[in-house]
Amino acid sequence: MSIAPDSSPVISLSGVVTRFGRNLVHDGLDLEIAKGEIVSLVGGSGSGKTTLLRHIIGLTRPAQGEVSLFGEPLHSGSMHEQIARRRRFGVLFQQGALFSAFSVGENIAFPIREERIATDAEIRQLVTLKLGMVEMEPQHALLMPAELSGGMVKRAALARALALEPELLLLDEPTAGLDPDRSASFVRLILSLREELGLTVVLVTHDLDTLAAMSSKVAVLADRKILSYASLEDTIKVDHPFIERFFRGAQGRRALAQVQGGS
Amino acid sequence: MSGSIAPGIAVDSESGIWRLSGDWTLRALSPQLVSIRRTLATLPRDARWDLADLRRIDSFGATLLWGGWQRHWPQAVELSDSHRAVIERVAQADANQLPDAPRFTALDAIATLGYALFVFRDHVLAFLALLGQLCLDVLHLLRHPREWPLLEISANLFKVGVKAMPVTALVGFLIGVVLSYLSALQLKAFGADVFIVNILGLGIIRELGPVLVSVLVAGRSGSAMTAQLGVMRVTEEIDALSAMGVSRTLRLVLPKVVALTLAMPLLVLWTSGIALFGGMVSARIDLGMSFGFFIETLPRVVPIANVFIGLAKGAAFGLLISLVACHFGLRVRPNTESLSSNTTASVVSAITIVILVDAVFAIATRSVGVPA
Ligand SMILES: Nc1ncnc2c1ncn2[C@@H]1O[C@H](COP(=O)(O)OP(=O)(O)OP(=O)(O)O)[C@@H](O)[C@H]1O
Ligand SMILES: [Mg+2]
Repeated sequence: MSIAPDSSPVISLSGVVTRFGRNLVHDGLDLEIAKGEIVSLVGGSGSGKTTLLRHIIGLTRPAQGEVSLFGEPLHSGSMHEQIARRRRFGVLFQQGALFSAFSVGENIAFPIREERIATDAEIRQLVTLKLGMVEMEPQHALLMPAELSGGMVKRAALARALALEPELLLLDEPTAGLDPDRSASFVRLILSLREELGLTVVLVTHDLDTLAAMSSKVAVLADRKILSYASLEDTIKVDHPFIERFFRGAQGRRALAQVQGGS
Repeated sequence: MSGSIAPGIAVDSESGIWRLSGDWTLRALSPQLVSIRRTLATLPRDARWDLADLRRIDSFGATLLWGGWQRHWPQAVELSDSHRAVIERVAQADANQLPDAPRFTALDAIATLGYALFVFRDHVLAFLALLGQLCLDVLHLLRHPREWPLLEISANLFKVGVKAMPVTALVGFLIGVVLSYLSALQLKAFGADVFIVNILGLGIIRELGPVLVSVLVAGRSGSAMTAQLGVMRVTEEIDALSAMGVSRTLRLVLPKVVALTLAMPLLVLWTSGIALFGGMVSARIDLGMSFGFFIETLPRVVPIANVFIGLAKGAAFGLLISLVACHFGLRVRPNTESLSSNTTASVVSAITIVILVDAVFAIATRSVGVPA
């Protein structure tokens, strides 16, 4: 396996172009995310955030441009290496994407079983642990995805994304559908994981409270490019109509006031 | 792998203190899991621990270690606060166990059998309810003719009728050829060549044509209808329709039922025709019987009533297949397993019911259309 220095970016996108028919979604987009960052990706609805996440996961390929993960081009190497690369990150899809034929517990156990390294007893223990991390009760493990509330789907999917101890978490709207209390504990969970394991997180979010509370960097996707990639304080200084509307609306001012008051 | 240090576990022979080192993370552990498990299995109970050299530990590593510690904190252990927090979380999770999934016992087997009776009754009731609802819908449409879902009906006609023509033609032609060839072998032995027209005519028009098309259509269109309704249930589209006050039977079920009931007789006509043509081709090759003779003899030996029986069967089978398909489609629960089992059940039940009803037809029409 190739040795990459620790300082090389975890995710690097360069010159990404995406087109759906006539609809140009990304036009020469560049972004480099270093290890340990918690990056909030913001942008208007339909600006291509989910699509960008799908490029990073490797589900789709951009029409042009390069996507690298952990310092290696995404689609390089043998089949085995590509699979190994995929297991280093966890994904939370916008709709949860739990396997509907499995119970919640089986959903979380599934990736661990696939890895074939843990015994049954250990898997059960890990499932309880992951459920606890997302504040679900052990008896929720027997429920089927169709029996969950919207917020529980999100949390179960997050538990599944955490199952393989990922180095990189890609989260599409993790706090949409969670109550404020749960959003806050989600923020605490992510921050403590970063503390313990040096986790890198990319999250798409419209929730300014979450964004303000946890992100170390904010990436703004507008005009088909990454308009700015900087800390929250620097981002709000950028002069652009989208940033103006997004951060300086009523809710934005409130969230920012909290951060500035707290720090 | 980038920046990870191999995990280590060793005992200091002088002081007897066990030390962990490196990264106890899933990815770093997995290459040497076997040897680490072996070491963990032989740990003395009263060992003292020093985890100061441990760089990182994730919940998999902590679970492994916790198992090695036989689920107790050792008496003496030195470790940093953040590592302690990780292991503490595992210890807490260990305290509240996952509930067991219910086991399947002999009693459950008996209960399942009994339950099957109720399920059957449930199916029959739901099927009748669907039929009744459709009748009400038709009454409603007769009074409000402007509400007929004509667009959906014509789209369905195209899907289940026109698009099924190639495959039914191919299968019909081949069956005709095979049937004619096999009969010709026997008939030649008795010198009764001319009766090939009677056999093919009666067999295909009255019996084989409708049943053959039904089997093909049940597999092709019936399964598609069930799957479509099922996915609409999974994605909550059916609920969305109800919420808008649109009747799901009127908008989803009725167009399918009407379209298949109309399309099936036509498909039967088409397939029977092609099958007879296949039989004709084969009869000409095997028996040297000319097309002209075949076509001339056919109406004399096969009364026209048989064509009507075939058409009536086609309409009845089409109605049944679409009703069964929609019945199962609406019963899909929002998960993929239920979708697949209902689609299977839909096709199997449709074919079984068609053959049962075919037998009823055979008895009811036993004195109609058979030459004396
Ligand atoms: N498979 C697809 N085929 C065609 N167009 C697509 C496809 N997927 C996405 N698009 C288009 O690409 C654009 C970006 O979509 P995307 O889902 O990435 O938006 P988003 O930024 O995630 O929005 P939201 O915040 O609403 O989730 C949209 O205009 C969408 O219509
Ligand atoms: Mg999206």
